[in-house]
Amino acid sequence: MNTENNIKTLIVKKPLKLDCGKTINEFPIAYETYGSLNENKDNAILVFHALTGDQFVTGVNPITKKDGWWSYAVGPDKAIDTKKYFVICANVIGGCMGSFGPSYKDSQTGKAFGTNFPIITINDMVNAQYNLLDHFGIDKLFSIAGGSMGGMQVLQFISNFPDKAKTVIPIACTSSHSAQNIAFNELGRQAIAADSNWKEGNYSSNDTIPNKGLAVARMAAHITYLSKKGLQEKFGRKLQEREDIKFGFDADFQIESYLRYQGSVFVDRFDANSYLYITRAMDYFDLAKQFKGNLSDAFKATKAKFFIISFTSDWLYPTQENKDIVIALNSIGADVGFVEIESDKGHDSFLLDVPDFLNALKNFLDKSYIES
Amino acid sequence: MKNEFQVIAELIEKNKKVLDVGCGDGTLMEFLKNNKNINIRGLEISKNKVQECIAKGLTVIEGNAERDLKQFPDKSFDYVVLSQTLQAFLDPELVLKELLRVGKQAIVTIPNFGYWKIRLHLLLKGTMPITKTLPDEWYNTPNIHMCSIKDFYNFVKSRDIKIFKSLAINNKNASIISDSNLTIKNLFADLGIFLIEK
Repeated sequence: MNTENNIKTLIVKKPLKLDCGKTINEFPIAYETYGSLNENKDNAILVFHALTGDQFVTGVNPITKKDGWWSYAVGPDKAIDTKKYFVICANVIGGCMGSFGPSYKDSQTGKAFGTNFPIITINDMVNAQYNLLDHFGIDKLFSIAGGSMGGMQVLQFISNFPDKAKTVIPIACTSSHSAQNIAFNELGRQAIAADSNWKEGNYSSNDTIPNKGLAVARMAAHITYLSKKGLQEKFGRKLQEREDIKFGFDADFQIESYLRYQGSVFVDRFDANSYLYITRAMDYFDLAKQFKGNLSDAFKATKAKFFIISFTSDWLYPTQENKDIVIALNSIGADVGFVEIESDKGHDSFLLDVPDFLNALKNFLDKSYIES
Repeated sequence: MKNEFQVIAELIEKNKKVLDVGCGDGTLMEFLKNNKNINIRGLEISKNKVQECIAKGLTVIEGNAERDLKQFPDKSFDYVVLSQTLQAFLDPELVLKELLRVGKQAIVTIPNFGYWKIRLHLLLKGTMPITKTLPDEWYNTPNIHMCSIKDFYNFVKSRDIKIFKSLAINNKNASIISDSNLTIKNLFADLGIFLIEK
């Protein structure tokens, strides 16, 4: 284990065969933990992060110095109570926070892999993270949870390892990326590719990096995380530090300024090639396809208790797509609960202070823990 | 727990799998889970009630019986319970069919519009009856397909649905309904409970 730059890393010795056919060896998984593992090792929750998340779930992220991405939900006395549970989160492979990804240096060339990095899938991500169970000597997780791409990993994990989690919480996600999801991801990738600094992925940290392309990708994606109503209420047509429009292309409107800011801070913490690889993994995600079109078969072998949560204003992974998972589970008599939370905060609702969501999450976990 | 739920619970054998359609705050579910070791699931349309169920540790799916029962396979539950909501559906016949498809047996309870207090209310006052089991005004009642015990009894028979047990509830008393006493029970019971099978 390395703890360089506050990043804990597990070097996975066991070779991992990827869906693309390549095999990776001796690769790092960067992870973080919160709370403590009890003696029976039955209080562990594996949390999976979304597209641009990382292993720093809560508290201050030591790299970005900002709050962890799920600070509202995870921490002492919070929905995922770290006084009670041992929370583990790993940076996905393909990521850029210490795990094996395109910015990782190839030992043979001494340079970053860039687009020579193998294409990875959601399946590869969870197979890589499974090594953490062995590392901590955990036979069975109390729960697995995650929103968005984190939810996709939750579904894939329980499908791959049906007896390794007691409870399963996919949030605001889908079992199969829709055409609209793929379209938005492609928009982001093309924005990066259109930046002349991208150089087919062969930029290095010493060069000028494709900041502009990555910022545009983030701006476009950010819109998909919010709802029309939420945007209208927060920004409307309010002007940015000016009395009237300026008849030019500066950020006249607050929403423009907000998006530009979101883009600019994102490039400081995220790698453009990672963005390409991870969005590709999401697009390739189709759990039903792995089971000849029958989604129910993905869950046939598990006795786990599912709790699926969606949000009314989430148009990126709308309620119906979450419900399709519920339907697949009900059709095989699985133990599944479902609630759609009222919120006008869009897809991002799962990351924000949405009390109905946080209460439901806490109640489900705590009641299930007593019964387990 | 209300008398109706006591009677329903008595109809359900131990260690079975039960779906409570329109489970509300989960009172009946909790009782069945704790006292009869029932593997219990709920379907509930109200978000707040779903939250209450989750807080009790119950497995509930937010959904609508008219749309969401179809996801359950045939005979996937030993019993499906529907308490005092059949009359609120746009298509009660369809819901009844679905209950009998999903459950090996169904327990359906109906507020009896043939109850003497209701008849008297309408006869004397000439306004839509309001009682303990039917507390809403005509303009805000969810009940759009009211029926009497007699109506339901005859309807079920006409559809070749087998009645295993039918009970008339009057205050705390439950008594068996039969062909011979139907008219009397229809007058004196404010609630009918039917255990049926197709």
